[in-house]
Amino acid sequence: MPGSTPEFVMADILRPTEAQHLLTPDVLEAPPLSLSKMAWLRFRRHRMAIFGCVVLILIIMYSVGGSLFFSEAYANKTETTKRLQAPSAEHPFGTDTIGRDILARTIYGGQISLLIGLTAVIVQVFIGVIIGAISGYYGGWLDSVLMRFTEAILVVPQIFLLLVMAKYFGGQLPNINLFGRTLSGSVVVIILIIGLTSWPYLARIVRAEFLSLKENEFILAARAIGTPTNQIIFRHILPNSIAPIVVTATLGVANAITLEAYISFLGLGVRPPTATWGNMLEGAYNYIETAYWLWLFPGLLIVLIVLSINFVGDGLRDALDPRSRAI
Amino acid sequence: MDKVGLRSYHNWVTNMTRYIIRRLLQAIPLLFIISFALFFMMQKMGDPLATMGGRTITRSADRERLTRQLGLDKPIVVQYLYWLIGNDWTMIDMDGDGIAETPGTRKGVMRGDFGTSLVSRGRPVLDVIWDRLPNTLLLMLTAEVIIILGALLIGVYSALRQYSFIDNTITSATFVLYSMPVFFFALVVMYIFAVNFKKWGLPYLPTVGMFDPMVGKTTLEVAKHMVLPVMTLSFGYFAAYSRYIRSAMLEVLSKDYIRTAKSKGLPRRQVVYVHALKNASLPIVTVVGLDLPFLLGGAIVTERIFAWPGMGRLFLDHVSRADTPVVMGILMLIATAVIVFQIITDIVYAWLDPRIRYG
Repeated sequence: MPGSTPEFVMADILRPTEAQHLLTPDVLEAPPLSLSKMAWLRFRRHRMAIFGCVVLILIIMYSVGGSLFFSEAYANKTETTKRLQAPSAEHPFGTDTIGRDILARTIYGGQISLLIGLTAVIVQVFIGVIIGAISGYYGGWLDSVLMRFTEAILVVPQIFLLLVMAKYFGGQLPNINLFGRTLSGSVVVIILIIGLTSWPYLARIVRAEFLSLKENEFILAARAIGTPTNQIIFRHILPNSIAPIVVTATLGVANAITLEAYISFLGLGVRPPTATWGNMLEGAYNYIETAYWLWLFPGLLIVLIVLSINFVGDGLRDALDPRSRAI
Repeated sequence: MDKVGLRSYHNWVTNMTRYIIRRLLQAIPLLFIISFALFFMMQKMGDPLATMGGRTITRSADRERLTRQLGLDKPIVVQYLYWLIGNDWTMIDMDGDGIAETPGTRKGVMRGDFGTSLVSRGRPVLDVIWDRLPNTLLLMLTAEVIIILGALLIGVYSALRQYSFIDNTITSATFVLYSMPVFFFALVVMYIFAVNFKKWGLPYLPTVGMFDPMVGKTTLEVAKHMVLPVMTLSFGYFAAYSRYIRSAMLEVLSKDYIRTAKSKGLPRRQVVYVHALKNASLPIVTVVGLDLPFLLGGAIVTERIFAWPGMGRLFLDHVSRADTPVVMGILMLIATAVIVFQIITDIVYAWLDPRIRYG
C-alpha cells in the first residue's frame, strides 16, 4: 500500500548546488558550523520543504485557532432539520448527514487527527528505537528473537493488523478528559494500535545504524574506559543515528494520519461524536451524487497535511543525512 | 557448458537449496507467533453467535448448546490447538453432560483444514475464500500489469530527460499522488467519471459492484465496472514504482558499460532498452516481488468503496462479525504468501544477478 514506506526525494528537482553554496569564501573563513546550523542551511534551500512547513503551520493554526471561534459543543450539535445543506454563508462548508457544521468539525477533527499523528509516532519511535538498539547492539540470539518478532509483524499487511486490533481493543477504554475536552477512549485505542504496528520499519533502520556504528573506534574507546552499556547505547551511538530516526518519525506522522483516516473511514476508528478527518469521511461515498462537501473538505485537508509533512520529511532527509538518499 | 561452468552451476544450486531450506525453517516460528497472536486477539472481537447465519439465537439453552458444539467454551489454548492440529484425536462433549463422548472431526490447519465459517452456516473456510479470490485477483492483477507498464513508461522517460521540465512535472505529480489517501482519490474519480459525466450526458462509468444484475455478468460489463477501481489502485503505485524505475535507470545509465555501448556506436534504442533497462530491472523485480502477495488480500478500502466482491470486503465483513476461522484463514494465507514470495524474490534476484551470493 502506498504510504507505508515513503521513499521519495523531492530534492531531485533542485540542482545539485549544495557544495558550492556551502563553500563560499565567507563560509570557508567562518568557524565550522554545528550540525543543526548545517542542516538548517540545507533545509532552507529545499523549496518544497519550506512550502510544506508553511502549509503545516497554516493547518495547525486553522485547527487550533479555529476553536476560538467555534465551541466543541457547536461542532457536535446536531440539527436534523438542516441536514445535508450545501455550503452557504451560515455553514461555509455545508452540513453533514445529521446537520452538524462541517467547518467546525474539520477544526476539531484536525486537532484529533494531529494529536493521533504525533502521539502514535511517539509510541512508534519509543518501541522502534528500543528494539532496534537492543537488537543491533547485542546481536546474537537476542537479535534473532527480536528480528523474528519484527518480521512476524511485517508479514501481515498493516491495515489488516490494524482492523483486527481495532476490533480487539474497541470499547475497552473509558473516555478520558484532556485539556478540558472529553476524548472518546477510541482515540487512545487508535493511537496505541497505530504505534504498535508501525515500529518494525523504524526498528530495522535503527538496528542497521547500530550494527555499523558499534564497530567504530570511539565505541571501542568508550568500552575500554568502562562506560556503562546503557550510556554507550544512549549517549554514544543513539545521537549518531538520530538523522534517520528524525526523518522516519516525521514521515511517520503523515503515515499515522493516513492510517487513522483509513480505519475511521472503514468505521472501526474513532467513534462519533468526536470528529476526526477520517471519520467525517465515513459513509460519505453514499452521498457522492448529492453532497460533495461531505468528503471534499476533510479529504482535502488530509491530502494537504500528508503532502506537506512528506515534503518536510524529505527536506529533513536531505538536510540531516545527505548521503542516504533513499532513491 | 564446460566442466568449470557446470561445477559452479552445481554449487549455485546446492547453495540456493540450502538457503531455501534455512529460510523455510525460519518461517515456521514466524507463522506460529503471528497465528497465535492473531488467534488470541480474535477471541475478544465479539460474539459470533449474535449474527450467526442471519438468525438470532434467543434461547439461552440454544446458545449454550451452540457454544459447546463449536468449541467456543474451551480455553483459548485448547481452541488454538484444535484450530492448529485438529481434534480428531480426542473426544468432545456435544450433549453437555460433562462427558466427552463424540470423536472430533476437525483436521486442523496443519493438515489443510481451515475449519468452517461461523457466519455462513458451516461452509468450509477455503470454499468461502475461494469464492472471492478470483474476483480479487482479477482486479489486482489487472491493476498490477497496468502499474508496471505505466511506471516503466514514466520512469524510463523521466530518467532519460533528467531535470527537464517534464521530469520535474512528473516528480511533483507523483509526489502529490503518493501523498493522497486511496479513498480520496477514489471519491474524486467517482465524482468526475460517474457523477459528473452522467450530469453532462457523457457515457459514464458504474461505481458499485462487479456487474449490473439487469445485464448479467458479461465480459464487457465486468470490464466497465473494473475501470474506476483499477484506476484507484494504480495511482499510488504508479508514483512509487516510477520513482524506483527512474532512480534505477539513472544509476545504470551512469555506468561504464553504458558508455562503452554508446561509444561503440550501438543505436540509442538498443543501449536504453537492452543494456540499461535490463540491468535496471533488477531492483524493480525485488519491489514487485515483495508487493505481489499483498494483492491477495485485495485492497480493503478500494473494494469497500466500489463494493467489489473480493477478499478485502470478505475480510471486513467477517471481522465485524467475529468469524474467527475465516479471518484466520485469510490472514494466514496472506502471511504464507508473503513469506513464500520473499524467498522467491531472493532466488530470482540471485538468479538474475550472479554477483549475489547467499551464505
